Amino acid sequence: MLRAMGKVYSDATAAVADIRDGATLAVGGFGLCGIPENAITALRENGVRDLTVVSNNCGVDDFGLGILLANHQIRKMVSSYVGENKIFEQQFLSGELEVELVPQGTLAERMRAGGSGIPGFYTPTGVGTPIADGKELRDFDGVPYLLEHAITADFALVRAWKGDRLGNLVFRKTARNFNPLVAMAGRVTIAEVEELVEVGELDGDHVHTPGVFVQRVFVAQGLEKRIERRTVTTVEA
Amino acid sequence: MSPRDRIIARAALEISDGMYVNLGIGLPTLLANAASDRSDVLLQSENGLLGIGPYPTEAELDADLINAGKETVTAVAGASYFDSAESFAMIRGGHIDLAILGGMEVSANGDLANWMIPGKMVKGMGGAMDLVSGAKRTVVIMEHANKHGESKVKRECTLPLTGRGVVDRLITDLAVFDFRGQGEMVLVELLGDTTLDELREKTEAPFIAL
Repeated sequence: MLRAMGKVYSDATAAVADIRDGATLAVGGFGLCGIPENAITALRENGVRDLTVVSNNCGVDDFGLGILLANHQIRKMVSSYVGENKIFEQQFLSGELEVELVPQGTLAERMRAGGSGIPGFYTPTGVGTPIADGKELRDFDGVPYLLEHAITADFALVRAWKGDRLGNLVFRKTARNFNPLVAMAGRVTIAEVEELVEVGELDGDHVHTPGVFVQRVFVAQGLEKRIERRTVTTVEA
Repeated sequence: MSPRDRIIARAALEISDGMYVNLGIGLPTLLANAASDRSDVLLQSENGLLGIGPYPTEAELDADLINAGKETVTAVAGASYFDSAESFAMIRGGHIDLAILGGMEVSANGDLANWMIPGKMVKGMGGAMDLVSGAKRTVVIMEHANKHGESKVKRECTLPLTGRGVVDRLITDLAVFDFRGQGEMVLVELLGDTTLDELREKTEAPFIAL
């Protein structure tokens, strides 16, 4: 539904207010790059529990999705790489946290498929490995492929660089990563944008996520944009 | 030359003019800064960048521009950005010429294990399973022995696999091996002062020395 005026929310607290205990969330970002910081903080504050979170990573102990873990709000994570987070490891090894590890390309494609009306697809990734256990194997031209199922989510949380009130989004550099796919996979997609621009200001040729995929938009406040690994070259004088 | 330096120096020779190359996290990352200076090679980062440049100066630092190891980087002229599904379309679709990955174990059959130690380490496979199944050529670089001095070049991998029969070439600090299917592992080069007798003693996997 085109509800242009109704898409803009005042802040993260208002935008995530109807996320309930037990919801499935798809969350954008790669490491700490391009994560929806405000929406994560708002969920931490409203205290919803038993969340299933689909996200490539799970933040670090004190930032990103790590703050929801530390507050015991996440029941299950679906991720490709979780190596930066001690709390994650503790909760997983103790059995508190359920984890589904998914190859990164498969995770991206599962969300793309989920948002595209495709229930599953065959991929060569993971054949002959533990992640193939229990999955259908099928040969195409003599090569084995695994059946993987699409992912959809009750809510999707993304961060964009620029957006308008129609929900059109533009991402910046590698902060794009999983965000467009997460936006497609969500039944209700909530976008926090660094800058909300007037309708018509974004060049339609340059829109990464068309507004049809986005139900709510708000302007992000006080983004930290933390850098996980600060690597620099020193210029010789 | 340290064992790691020897591996990196040899691995750099795998990168030829005109290649699209993905470098994995860990040891392969050490190849990146040298390779990013080559105008004839484009480095792909699976988080959504084709054309990784050198590390930034303090003035260039940008939280929105990182590599798959989450390090801040720059982009070369002619670089492009894309989402993760498109990134793995490049990888899985056979458009990347070469993937260079780190390893925990490689078997005589060319199996690779590099993502999990049951009960000990929970990190995840990241993009490694997609890379080994999709890149045109997969090269694994790793130290020949673990910190207990045991061969990481195994008859069979003991750790959960990243891919079965996926390694084309293995470069360690002692030698270079190729995998020709049907469990045939062939010695290509001895590195440094390594002798064939020493290599046989330090390698659990059976191999053919031509």
